[in-house]
Amino acid sequence: MEESNMAVMGKKKKKTLGAISTASLPDIVFMILFFFMVSTTMREVELLIELKGSDLPTATEIKKLEKKSLVSYIYVGKPLQQYQKTYGTEPKIQLNSSFAELSDIYEYILAERAERDEAEVPFMTTSLKVHRDTKMGIITDIKQELRKASALKINYSARQDMGY
Amino acid sequence: MAKRSTPEINASSMADIAFLLLIFFLVTTTMDVDTGIQRQLPPIPEKDQKTDVEVNKRNVYQVLVNSRGTISVNNHWVNSLEELREGAKEFINCDRADDPDLPEMEEIVVEGIKTPVKTSKGLISLQNDRGTTYGRYIEVQNELVAAYNEIRNEAARKYFNKPYDELSDEQQEAIRKIYPQRISEAEPKNYGGK
Repeated sequence: MEESNMAVMGKKKKKTLGAISTASLPDIVFMILFFFMVSTTMREVELLIELKGSDLPTATEIKKLEKKSLVSYIYVGKPLQQYQKTYGTEPKIQLNSSFAELSDIYEYILAERAERDEAEVPFMTTSLKVHRDTKMGIITDIKQELRKASALKINYSARQDMGY
Repeated sequence: MAKRSTPEINASSMADIAFLLLIFFLVTTTMDVDTGIQRQLPPIPEKDQKTDVEVNKRNVYQVLVNSRGTISVNNHWVNSLEELREGAKEFINCDRADDPDLPEMEEIVVEGIKTPVKTSKGLISLQNDRGTTYGRYIEVQNELVAAYNEIRNEAARKYFNKPYDELSDEQQEAIRKIYPQRISEAEPKNYGGK
């Protein structure tokens, strides 16, 4: 049936082209799937503050943060709408998945340090993810706390500036 | 148990299942790489240590950002970020004649460069008000880091005929010795309230 059909359509072709085998399709898809599964980093903490990607400041002289396992994050920004009743609209600090006070930072850094290997401690970085409209007052206080905890390596999180 | 021939499982829906999972991971994936400006904070000075180290005035490039985001350098207004960058570059640059308005320089021997090179004793001090916005602060930081990067690039081209990024680790180290990034984030002062 098929052969005679093909013969009518393309007389010059001697060999018939069968349907492409899709047997390997699952394999291919699985391969892509595994790639994405491995490369996926789901956000570990849920943000309680307003901090979208576009809320970070932009800069041109940025560097990639190496060794993510050695990075501790401090988030600063306005509480999300649903938390504003309890926490107000002034910028708040978020450590892990809860709001924190300035005085908690010291403890937080010590706890982060205790989790890591002693040899890795000097390479630990603190990444400050701060909303661009935040006033520097709170940042300065945080920096002072970090100095007290002698966590001196910091990273001001910023996006690549895509030209002017 | 009687031996029954097990019918082959139909695998045609396998692709659909895999696709479904694939799409799920595609959607949830955030491949964002964390980027930012790397900075080293100064350690807290020891109690008995004298906090204020006398620094010659010509060696300090004092950048001040006030609560409205206006920048001043050594008590002169700076109108644009480009101006700030140019000024900082001029301040950092050691490839020049001695000038009483620019920082002192001394000659050092750097491994990897044959002739002794000059390095300046200059220091950029960045001060901000408590009311400055973070975005503005980062802009200024960025400009100062950019000034250093540009100067280092120029030095790299001069001594090794290559941009800084393409140098070997030792060569980069040498360049960093000539132009150490000295940006001090001084203790903030509260100029005129919030």
